[in-house]
Amino acid sequence: MPEHILVTRNFQYPDQPELKIALSRGTYEQWKRILSEKISPEDIINEVKTAKLRGQGGAGFPAGVKWGFVPQDTPKPKYLCVNADEGEPGTFKDRALLEKDPHQLLEGIAITCFAVGIHTAYIYMRGEFYDPQRIVQKAIDDAKKEGLLGKDIQGSGFDLEVIIHMGAGAYICGEETALLNSLEGKKGWPRLKPPFPALVGAFGCPTVINNVETISGVPHIMNMGGEAFQKIGTENDGGTKLFGISGHVQKPGLYELPMGTPLKELVFDVAGGVRDGHELKAVIPGGSSTPILKPDELDIPLEFEAMMEAGTMLGSGAAIVLDETVSIPEVFMVMSRFYAHESCGQCTPCREGCTWIYKIARKIYEGNGVPADLDLILDLAPMLDGTTVCPLGAALAAPAIAIVEKFRDEFLGMMKN
Amino acid sequence: MKTLSEPVRREALAYLELYPKKEAALLPILHLAQKDFGFIDDEAELAVAELMEISPVMVRAASRFYFMYHHQPIGEFHMQVCQNISCTIMGAETILDHLKNRLGIEAEQVTEDGKFSVERVECIACCDRGPAMLVNEKLHTNLTPEIIDQIIGELDPSRKIK
Ligand SMILES: Cc1cc2nc3c(=O)[nH]c(=O)nc-3n(C[C@H](O)[C@H](O)[C@H](O)COP(=O)(O)O)c2cc1C
Repeated sequence: MPEHILVTRNFQYPDQPELKIALSRGTYEQWKRILSEKISPEDIINEVKTAKLRGQGGAGFPAGVKWGFVPQDTPKPKYLCVNADEGEPGTFKDRALLEKDPHQLLEGIAITCFAVGIHTAYIYMRGEFYDPQRIVQKAIDDAKKEGLLGKDIQGSGFDLEVIIHMGAGAYICGEETALLNSLEGKKGWPRLKPPFPALVGAFGCPTVINNVETISGVPHIMNMGGEAFQKIGTENDGGTKLFGISGHVQKPGLYELPMGTPLKELVFDVAGGVRDGHELKAVIPGGSSTPILKPDELDIPLEFEAMMEAGTMLGSGAAIVLDETVSIPEVFMVMSRFYAHESCGQCTPCREGCTWIYKIARKIYEGNGVPADLDLILDLAPMLDGTTVCPLGAALAAPAIAIVEKFRDEFLGMMKN
Repeated sequence: MKTLSEPVRREALAYLELYPKKEAALLPILHLAQKDFGFIDDEAELAVAELMEISPVMVRAASRFYFMYHHQPIGEFHMQVCQNISCTIMGAETILDHLKNRLGIEAEQVTEDGKFSVERVECIACCDRGPAMLVNEKLHTNLTPEIIDQIIGELDPSRKIK
């Protein structure tokens, strides 16, 4: 087995969600070792820092550093929220982690909670995840019966409850502070930061929020050591990442690759390139919120900073591959419709701006556009960036600018004069 | 005035124990109420508010904000067709058209016999297997018109193509 296969190690076994089987394959070994060898929370946090584990939900914040922000001396309870809202278009990795290896996630949750001194973890799962919910709930129940979660785990005196909280359909609830409001039963409106959730999060208490994939990587760090984990990836982005590739490739699917793998290797070698007899037109590299790339722009390592320098983002690692059959104006219409639909309505620039951009995109797609519409989009889009509580508007603005600039001729070609 | 059935009521009250503040149980309880009543109208909102002893306006805010809560009846089989980028470029529009033709309804409508409804939804996180849709709680992927015919025929033999 290649050394870099970590979180997908057991994806090939359909029986992996069963606790006994998972135990036989080594799941929960690190959790038991931490308790029996009385490894200190500081040591775990340091290991995760050394590992350079980056947040895999899209923003790439170093996980160990985030954990370190949580005050240790607070009298308040602390919470972990696992972000399983997976709504970024193109992204389907967390579904797989939840369905195929729920105990790996639970072990990661247990270790994280122990490291930060947390006794209640909520898994905020998007409402449409019916199968993942059933599978993870059974895993929680089984792990509790086995004394791996619950009260006085393995006689250590450490308690941990893990609770699934189902969302109800709203992309914005993947944004961490909207998630907190949604968990509290409110509308999913993002909160102003600061205060950051590490200080004031769920129910006004210190809270760690991490993506499913981030947490699923934690047991592997404890297994192999932070340094070895980091070395799989690059200097600043340790370990591996799950890349989901969809659209017009020979082999769409989920691939675990070392951080820093070139994007073109993912598209051409791993996923086999575009379908036979077709030509590559563009790649949306990390979910629909990341600016589109042309075929000659794919020689970039898949890591957070390098992708930013190339004018796009690693995002959630979800590449959408478009061949020459695709109408770019249609893709733009579909893309902007999503943000117009999902803007929570709290901030005017995003609420109005996303709707305007969608209306213009639709007008162009329907064949009624004029060249000035393209300039209007380029004028409008920057107003959505940095003027709002959360970056949902910016998540349309940057891709909108990129797609209009890079495919101007195709847009113009759809216009009458 | 609507009231929740007794088993649902008990299940709902159990949710209150999972959170330090009872309001947090609102989304899960609205899901339960929707299962019980079929959809969330004004009376359903009031029933939930009463059960949780919270203000009706809070229930309304949530029930209207989140897309999964319906405010009028949906079909016995509710078909949610993804219309985002990956599914679109793999043919989601053709799938939606076929579905509408076969059922004789538009998106966001219910068939006259109440059996089927169709809704266009955003990304449902199975982009490598598009076009995709959810039928109630079941995910269907790599859809083709033939697969749609098969699904409809299985759910409602009277609509089977002979
Ligand atoms: C509009 C919006 C949607 C987001 N959706 C998700 C999501 O579905 N899942 C996720 O893990 N993070 C999502 N995020 C990122 C979260 O805000 C946050 O950065 C993340 O959960 C932190 O965990 P991580 O550090 O492990 O990535 C979203 C952010 C924004 C602005």
